[in-house]
Amino acid sequence: MGTAVTLSAVDRPVSRSGPTAPSEPAQLETLESEAAHIIREAVAESQRPVLLFSGGKDSAVLLHLALRSFAPSKLPFGLLHVDTGHNFPEVLAFRDEIVERHGLDLTVASVQDWIDSGRLSERPDGLRNPQQTRLLLDAIRTGGFDALFGGARRDEDRARAKERVFSVRDPLGGWEPRRQRPELWQLYNGRLRPTEHLRVFPLSNWTEADVWSYIVRHDVPLPPIYLTHRREVFRRDGMLLAPGSWGGPRPGETLTTLSVRYRTVGDMSCTGAVESVAKTTEDVLREVMESQVSERGATRADDRLSATAMEDRKREGYF
Amino acid sequence: MTMDAGTTGGLLRLATAGSVDDGKSTLVGRLLIDSDSVFTDQFDALGGTDGLEVDLALLTDGLRAEREQGITIDVAFRYFSTAHRRFVLADTPGHVQYNRNTVSGMSLVDAVVVLVDVRTSLRDQARRHLAAASLLRVPHVIVAVNKMDAVDFDEDRFTRLRDEVLDCTRRLGVEDVVVIPLSALRGDNVVTRSERTPWYDGPTLLKHLEEIPAGSAAAAGPARLPVQCVLRGAEEPARFYAGRLGTGSLAPGDEVLILPSRTRSRVRRVRRLGDPVDQAEPGQSVEIQLADDVDVSRGDLIAGLPAPVLTTEFTAVICCVSDHRLREGEPLLVKHGTRTARGVLRDIRSTLDLTTMSYTPAGAVIGGNDIAVVSILTAEPLPIEPYRDDRITGSFLLLDPEDGSTTAAGMAGAAASTDSTAELAATGRTC
Repeated sequence: MGTAVTLSAVDRPVSRSGPTAPSEPAQLETLESEAAHIIREAVAESQRPVLLFSGGKDSAVLLHLALRSFAPSKLPFGLLHVDTGHNFPEVLAFRDEIVERHGLDLTVASVQDWIDSGRLSERPDGLRNPQQTRLLLDAIRTGGFDALFGGARRDEDRARAKERVFSVRDPLGGWEPRRQRPELWQLYNGRLRPTEHLRVFPLSNWTEADVWSYIVRHDVPLPPIYLTHRREVFRRDGMLLAPGSWGGPRPGETLTTLSVRYRTVGDMSCTGAVESVAKTTEDVLREVMESQVSERGATRADDRLSATAMEDRKREGYF
Repeated sequence: MTMDAGTTGGLLRLATAGSVDDGKSTLVGRLLIDSDSVFTDQFDALGGTDGLEVDLALLTDGLRAEREQGITIDVAFRYFSTAHRRFVLADTPGHVQYNRNTVSGMSLVDAVVVLVDVRTSLRDQARRHLAAASLLRVPHVIVAVNKMDAVDFDEDRFTRLRDEVLDCTRRLGVEDVVVIPLSALRGDNVVTRSERTPWYDGPTLLKHLEEIPAGSAAAAGPARLPVQCVLRGAEEPARFYAGRLGTGSLAPGDEVLILPSRTRSRVRRVRRLGDPVDQAEPGQSVEIQLADDVDVSRGDLIAGLPAPVLTTEFTAVICCVSDHRLREGEPLLVKHGTRTARGVLRDIRSTLDLTTMSYTPAGAVIGGNDIAVVSILTAEPLPIEPYRDDRITGSFLLLDPEDGSTTAAGMAGAAASTDSTAELAATGRTC
C-alpha cells in the first residue's frame, strides 16, 4: 500500500529507539480522571458489568482505578478470569489474594475443566490461547454480563489503535471495525440491542510507560514475576519460555537458569520472559524506558503470526 | 477529552486531517519516528528491514481493509512524547464517506493539523476539514503545506497556497491558524528546521505543537459537574456525588445550583478518587459532598453560578454519523452530559455545505454525512448551553430509541427563544 509514501533514509537518517521519559504526575492524573469517568459511565449505562481480570499489570491497574472510582462504596461489579490452565501459579495466587483482600466476586472460566469434561478437546499444537474466546463468550452468556472491562491499550497494536473506548460486540463477540459507533466528546453510548454486549477499555489512551509510572506512583500490587527472579527457561523463536505442563521444552531445546522478569503475563505457552535485574517497580520503569522493543513484540508469540493477527482475533470475539 | 488546565506542558490532544494522498499517514509516521516514539520491532515491521525504504503509512493504517486499499478508514490513536510534552494523536481519514470519523476525531482536541498538497489549489476535502475544525471550535489550527520537495521548495508556490488557506480560514472565523511549509517524506520542517526553506522563519511543526497551550478554553467559566453516580460508604452515611468536572473549579463553601431541580446548596467537601483535596480542577474526576441534605442523582448537573438555563427546546447544528435517515417529527433520545432524555426532531431548517460553508433550505430528511441546523424538543428540561461557550454542556448525541445506535452528534446554538438559526448562519461564512 501507500505507493508514494515511502521514506528514503538516505535522505534523512531515522532514529530507532522508543519513548524515553516516565510519565509526569499531571499526565497520569489526566489519564486517571479519564479512566475513572469511563468506568463510572459504563457501570451507570449497563445492567451487569464485570471486569476481565488476568492478574496482569494492566488489569491490576484497572482494578485499582475501579476501586478508587467507587470509594467509599463497594465495587459494584465482580471479576471474570478465563484460566487457560497454563497460567503462572504466582499469578493465580496473586489473583486469589486480591479477591480476598477486597472481598470481590470472582468467576473463573476454566479451559482445563472444559477439556476434562469433554466440552473442548485439546488442540493438536497444545495451544490454549485460541480457545479462550469460546470460554469467554460462554461466560458472558451464562453470567448475563452486558459490559466487560478490559485493560487493553491502543498503543499495544495497530488494530487496538482503532477500537472505541465503548466497543459494541455482536452476539458472537465479534468486532466489526467498519461499523463502529463514532465516539465524540465525553459522551459514551452504552445502549445495546438484545444479545449484544459492550467491551469497555478505560486504559485506551495509556501507554506501557504510563502503566508502569502509575504502578510506581500508586504502589499498585502486582504478581511477583514482574520483578527479577531466577527461573529455568529455554529459547524458542527468540523468546525465553518457561517449562511447564503446557508442553515445553521440546527435544533439542535446552534449559538454562537466568535472571528474568515478565513484561506481560498471559498463557505460559506464548508469553516470554526478558532478562532483567529489576528488583523494584522503579527499576522496571527504568528498564521499560530504555527498551527498544515493544512489549507485545518482545514477549507475545500470538501477535507474530501476521500483521493483522490482533484484528483477526478481535473479529472472532477476542479482547 | 479534557486536558491539563491551560499549560504548555502536559498532554496535548491533536487531530490530523487532510485529503487522500496528501501524505497524512506519512506525516504521522514521520512525527512518531523523528520523536523516537517507534520501537525497533514496529519499525522493522514496516517492511524496510534494511532501513533504506520504509512505508510510514503502515505505522497507523492497521486494519486489513486499510492495508489492502492503502487508505485510512477509521480514526487511529497514536501516542508520542517529546522532552517537552506528551501527545495523544487522532489520525483521521481523508475520504468524504468517512467524514463522520473525521468529525469524531476532532471533537475534543486542542489542535488540528490539516494537510494540503502544495502542488494543487486548496481542495474541497481540505476546505471541509477546515470548516469542521471551525464548527467544532478546535482552538488551534495548523495547515501543513506538504510535498514541498516536489516543487523544489519554491517559496512562490507556498505563498500562493498559504494565501488561499488564510482567505478560507478568515471567512470561517478561525482565529489561531499557522501555515507551515514541509515535506513529510523528507522530514523538512517536521521536527527539524529545513535548510531548503531559508525564506521561512516560522516554527517547525513539532516546535509549534510543543508550544500550543492545552486546555485553556476548558479551564474558564463557572463549574459544571454532570453527576455520574452517588457514592456512599458502609460506615459513612454522607453521600458523595461523583463526576468529571467540565469547566471551572469547586471548593468547600462554593455556592452551587442543582439542575434540573434548581435546588441551592454549598460544597462541603471535595475528594479526588477517594483522596480529600482542597479544590476540584477542570477535567478531574471528583466526588463532591454538599452542605445540605438534597436530592441529587445521576443525570443531574451540579453547577457553579451563573448556572445554565433549563430548556426543552433548542436549535443546534447536528452532524449525521450513521446511515440512519432522520426525519422531521422523528422520536429520538438526546444524550446530554449524564442524562438521556426522550425527544423529537422538531424541524430540519437547513443543511450546511461544508465546501462552501453555505446553508441551503433542507428537505424533511437528512442522513449519511449531512450537517444540518435543526430544532429539538425534549420531554424534560436540559441545562444546555451554547457550544461556543462550553464544549461539554453544549454538546450532545442523538440516539435511535429502537436500537440505541448513535445517529448524530450535536452542537447547541441557543435556546429557541432567540433566533439562533440566524445566529448559527452568521457564523457560517462562505469559504
